[in-house]
Amino acid sequence: MAIQEDPMNLVISGVGGQGNILLSRLIGRSLVKKGYFVSIGETFGAAQRGGAVMSNVRVSEHMPLGPLIPEGKAHIILGLEPLETLRVLVKYGNPKVVTITNSQPLFPVDVLSRKAQYPDYEALKQTIRGLSQSAWFIDATAMGLGLGAPIVANVIMLGALIGIDLLPLTKGDIEAEIKASFPPDRAELNLKAFNMGTDSVG
Amino acid sequence: MPGLAREVTGSRGLLMGNEAIARGALEAGVQFAAGYPGTPSSEIVENLAGAAKETGIYVEWSVNEKVATEAAAAASLAGLRALAAMKTAGLNVALDFLAHLGYSGLGKHGGGLVVVVCDDPEGHSSGDEADSRWVAKSMSVPLLEPGSPQEALDMTKWAFELSEGSNCFCFVRSYTRLSHASGPVTLGEVPEVERKAHFDTTQTISPYLAKPHHASLLQRLAKVGELFESSPFNWYTGPENPELLIVCSGSGGSYSLEAIGSLNLGQSVGVLKLGTLWPFPKGLVEKHLARTSRVLIVEEVDPFIEIHVKETAFESPMVPKSLRIYGKGSGHIPSVGELTPDLVLKALSTLFGLEYCAREPDYEQKAHGAATQMLIDRGLTWCPGCPHRASFWSLKKAMQKDGRGGFLTGDIGCYTLDVYPAGNQQTKALHAMGSGVGLATGFGKLNQFGSKQPVIAVCGDSTFYHASIPALLNAVHNRSNMMMVLLDNAATAMTGFQPHPGTAFDAVGNAAPVIDAEKLCQGIGCKVVVSDPFDIKGTTEKLLQLLKEDGVRVLILRRKCELVRMREERRYPYKVWVDGEKCRGDKCGYCTKVFKCPGLPWDMETGKAQIQQAVCSGCGVCVDICPFGAIAREEPA
Ligand code: SF4
Ligand code: SF4
Repeated sequence: MAIQEDPMNLVISGVGGQGNILLSRLIGRSLVKKGYFVSIGETFGAAQRGGAVMSNVRVSEHMPLGPLIPEGKAHIILGLEPLETLRVLVKYGNPKVVTITNSQPLFPVDVLSRKAQYPDYEALKQTIRGLSQSAWFIDATAMGLGLGAPIVANVIMLGALIGIDLLPLTKGDIEAEIKASFPPDRAELNLKAFNMGTDSVG
Repeated sequence: MPGLAREVTGSRGLLMGNEAIARGALEAGVQFAAGYPGTPSSEIVENLAGAAKETGIYVEWSVNEKVATEAAAAASLAGLRALAAMKTAGLNVALDFLAHLGYSGLGKHGGGLVVVVCDDPEGHSSGDEADSRWVAKSMSVPLLEPGSPQEALDMTKWAFELSEGSNCFCFVRSYTRLSHASGPVTLGEVPEVERKAHFDTTQTISPYLAKPHHASLLQRLAKVGELFESSPFNWYTGPENPELLIVCSGSGGSYSLEAIGSLNLGQSVGVLKLGTLWPFPKGLVEKHLARTSRVLIVEEVDPFIEIHVKETAFESPMVPKSLRIYGKGSGHIPSVGELTPDLVLKALSTLFGLEYCAREPDYEQKAHGAATQMLIDRGLTWCPGCPHRASFWSLKKAMQKDGRGGFLTGDIGCYTLDVYPAGNQQTKALHAMGSGVGLATGFGKLNQFGSKQPVIAVCGDSTFYHASIPALLNAVHNRSNMMMVLLDNAATAMTGFQPHPGTAFDAVGNAAPVIDAEKLCQGIGCKVVVSDPFDIKGTTEKLLQLLKEDGVRVLILRRKCELVRMREERRYPYKVWVDGEKCRGDKCGYCTKVFKCPGLPWDMETGKAQIQQAVCSGCGVCVDICPFGAIAREEPA
């Protein structure tokens, strides 16, 4: 499968603990199996501690690349939290960028302590739309809660990403990778989540 | 990566820099590895530990970096190939030993010893962005710096040979954008290793007498320098006589190539990427400097390459005196923070007088507007249900009630977050592993100079074993007046739950003897009290009582890291909710504003607190925080 842009730059953003790295690894490994050059740069600082985290995933048919995407050069942004979509969008976005956002906000500590206000959700959505060529919003956390495991929201979002078909990967590629990465019971839950995600954009 | 050792020779995989380092060591036949966890280095030892059972190598998490290095060096002195891995801060701990190991060498039959150090430019998860290349220079030992996961594998593998050939340990220097970057890597073979350990007692390995050993070290280093001049780890790509030469290392290589491509400067700019940084390959660099008139140095944090390029140019008869050298000195590359592709793009376009716009001006403006209007920071905070949030809550309450202006001296771990907005900011001095107790022993002696402020050192369990014990001994022996609060959450939580001497298992998952912190503290003469941090009332009372007493007192606040608990139990202890009738809303707001658990945000619509089900871990502690009993909990059926 040829990629539309070379290199193709994907940013996955979220909050520590949401499982960014699992997604970048599943995507990266499937792409390497198909013969692409993949580079991933992870920014996570103090691992799980609720800060902003980001994975840069870069795909090329011709050459290995550095781990960081230059500013303004993202093609796809997968945001596991709306504010984190925006954070990455204002830095890496451009008129052609496609964004997919988990619509469930997670409140930064300054919001909890009421030193800052979380932006009005509708306005935030509008702004994300205004800065994207197309913007998808998926209530992945609620869907995850429905499965009894809000943590699988990340895999639901991965399903949505594969569903919109911008990466040279099929559903089957990721399903195989999920099966290889989890013990059987957890694989089943994650496959269910993944399929919910692909269906949500179908 | 599970089964790193099992991956097939010749296959191409996606490896993280740290995995590639581990694989390189396995391919070199490493038999002994030790380290202490620290971001961004932890995955090296973790991956080797994962491969230990099937390859028969020995891997340990040591009590600290100095002991890790000593343990690994012992294996090397007995003829095995050995590796020690740590972050930059940890290298400081190991330096005393290493500084002398360079002089002594590895003996007659020494196996290769590789010390991997991971720097953290930008201080993503460190209290410094120190550049460890200087350490290699100050100790006169070789240092290699890979630029990609493939190079990380290849260089680590070769470093063992280099170490054996030069009878000196070698540094492999990594950094966040390598350790935590993944890229395609072609794998080599993991050999069956036959070497048996034997320490030849006809020799004594020691740096004494220092002077002749120093001279021998410099000779050994000079031989390494000759090898480096023609090493394939230094490569050049570009025109024969470039208009501008980039000299770079590490991730500077890929950033430079990409920037040249984006700016269409392939005909004018060449890249000399150095992988062997100490001893500096002067001859090679000199040759390239002679072929250009302008040089840009692209490197992270300190001007290490830059000053050596300048020195080379200054000493060389081949290099014209008109050569211009740009980099940190000229301000084209910043001296703080990590390197990014954008910084290289900017420096190059400035030097060529080009306009580089990442995107259209009106989009730029819109993006900028959105950022200023809507973006708010997302500071680090403790996980929902973390015992530390409750512990610091009680510490704050107790010190307020005590009323003598007491304060905390902090340490390194998840509890460091007390100094962030998420915490209670009771920690007033915070530096390095074990320094909380060390500082407290000094503060605790200041009553003779009129100080009446009580001091409490807080330290985590792993930190306690790592570097706090000598300080605590010091406090007891010198009759300091201090308290230590040991936040015992049964893991090295910050770096990914590695075991330590207080856990019942070791790096490879085998059962291990537990060093009981409570008995240890009692054994050296401290008064020891234990409490559950989730019992806020009981803990606060115990703290208040201990604050009134004299001598060295220890309060152990014991409760598992919430992430460890969740992994083990996979269930929520309580269902928790806010009773809207009882919540006083904006008249109070105490729970969210002051306790600040992410599971308990404010509902702007109703003007009351609410539990966010997808986030709350059901620990139930906030029930005891609310002054009006408006938060309720119930054990699940
Ligand atoms: S990882 Fe554990 S110790 Fe660290 S903040 Fe989370 S719950 Fe607390
Ligand atoms: S029960 Fe309260 S304190 Fe515990 S995680 Fe939930 S909201 Fe936070």
